[in-house]
Amino acid sequence: MRYSAFSLFKNALLGHKHWGRAWGGVDLKDRYDVVIVGGGGHGLACAYYLSKHHNVGKIAVLEKGWIGSGNVGRNTTIIRSNYMLEGNIPFYELSMKLWEGLESDINFNAMVSQRGVLNLCHSDAQYDAFCRRGNAMRVHGVDSEILDVDGVLKLVPELEVENARFCVKGGLFQPRGGTVRHDAVAWGYARAASRRGVDIIENCEVLGFLRDSAGCVEGVETSLGLVKTGKVGLCVAGNSSRLADMVDVKLPLESHVLQAFVTESVKPLLDTVLTFGAGHLYISQSDKGSLVFGGDLDGYNSYAQRGSLPLVEHIAEDAMAILPMLGRLRILRSWGGIMDMSMDGSPVMDRMPVEGIYINTGWCYGGFKAVPAAGWCFAHLLAKGESHDASKAYRWDRFERGFMIDEKGVGARPASH
Amino acid sequence: MRIDCPYCGGRDVSEFVYGGDATKVRPETGELEGGDVREVSDGLRKLFYEYVYVRDNPRGDHEEHWYHAGGCRSWLRVCRNTATHEVKWVKSEAGD
Repeated sequence: MRYSAFSLFKNALLGHKHWGRAWGGVDLKDRYDVVIVGGGGHGLACAYYLSKHHNVGKIAVLEKGWIGSGNVGRNTTIIRSNYMLEGNIPFYELSMKLWEGLESDINFNAMVSQRGVLNLCHSDAQYDAFCRRGNAMRVHGVDSEILDVDGVLKLVPELEVENARFCVKGGLFQPRGGTVRHDAVAWGYARAASRRGVDIIENCEVLGFLRDSAGCVEGVETSLGLVKTGKVGLCVAGNSSRLADMVDVKLPLESHVLQAFVTESVKPLLDTVLTFGAGHLYISQSDKGSLVFGGDLDGYNSYAQRGSLPLVEHIAEDAMAILPMLGRLRILRSWGGIMDMSMDGSPVMDRMPVEGIYINTGWCYGGFKAVPAAGWCFAHLLAKGESHDASKAYRWDRFERGFMIDEKGVGARPASH
Repeated sequence: MRIDCPYCGGRDVSEFVYGGDATKVRPETGELEGGDVREVSDGLRKLFYEYVYVRDNPRGDHEEHWYHAGGCRSWLRVCRNTATHEVKWVKSEAGD
């Protein structure tokens, strides 16, 4: 059923008893042309674009939990394309353009809200660095504005700009950045892919890969049985190393936990996305009124989808430092997601050394904003066997060749990106 | 999470700084002695690539370095389960 004002009206009159199932409800088949492992944002977007733009036959998405249970439902919902390096800007800008047309494309209200993303700077040197980044964005056709303190205060009047340690000197603002309802992204892509004939199989964990005598992949062993296929795409974020290990490949990755928090709902007070880089805090207000924020990684390898308490305290302190009026708010929930932290802070979208297996990983904590473009480019890679123009920098031989894409310039320290 | 420092006893994790995977050992660079660094062999280049960038990244027991910054300032080798955060054992890197 196509969602529209008419379908809403009709179902309201019928007591909302006749809405069809949005996705799933199919059994795992014996054979697929393409199997995508991981039913998160990236896997679902990839399945959707694969079915829409490429003629590859029957597609399955295998998800070990339920749709929306992984990082796509655990992030802080921010979208932006304020990157500086050559390999990154075109990719994230493609993602931003896809976000802008997403809802009409997938016929689902994902609440894309371009409320702007404001990065604060705290020293003259950082202001200069932001000017450089802003200029790099403009050269690539991305919107950016440099703001002075008054400009920043106009956007966020509650801001503590005279903090003794981190006084605010200005900011870099991307007006087209903003937030998207993250669950709706998963649901919307799942429904759109399902409507195009993609089989979305939940509670189906991949346990191993079948390979022929030449070493090429010929199937996937799952908790629901064997599936024959010649092409597998991995979109499993923090579990990438575990799946690669099944075919004896080691990745330039570490898995780390990142926490996020949500407070009780209050009246509107923050109508943009605010990032406080010195303390590593990013905060926005959801349409329900809750403040949604996150901070640093816990800092050590982790596969536990929960964070540690010292970081809870640290992130709450960051929030208080920049928005002191938050002190009276209660935190309702906190949760953790497992990030695929790459060695240079940028993703990898490439073939695996095993014929027939492709991998999309290393998104660090930038995975959510990348969902549409990652799906778009990974679908291109899976269908055509070569990188899309926008993702051609994300080859994994770059580590060996010494061509890092290190936005932060911190080197091979995954926990620091 | 708490780590049992062999010198200071059990302390909260916030006293420690993470030092990463401890199974990675810097490759021998004997062949470079007195030579031109630009003429490093492909074999050594590969070893350094694996040392600097490639990680086992296991879900389960992980041997790692921790630095007791808020205590005795010793480097420790810790075996910790990355899924449960259970610390299996702690040794001093000094080996005593």
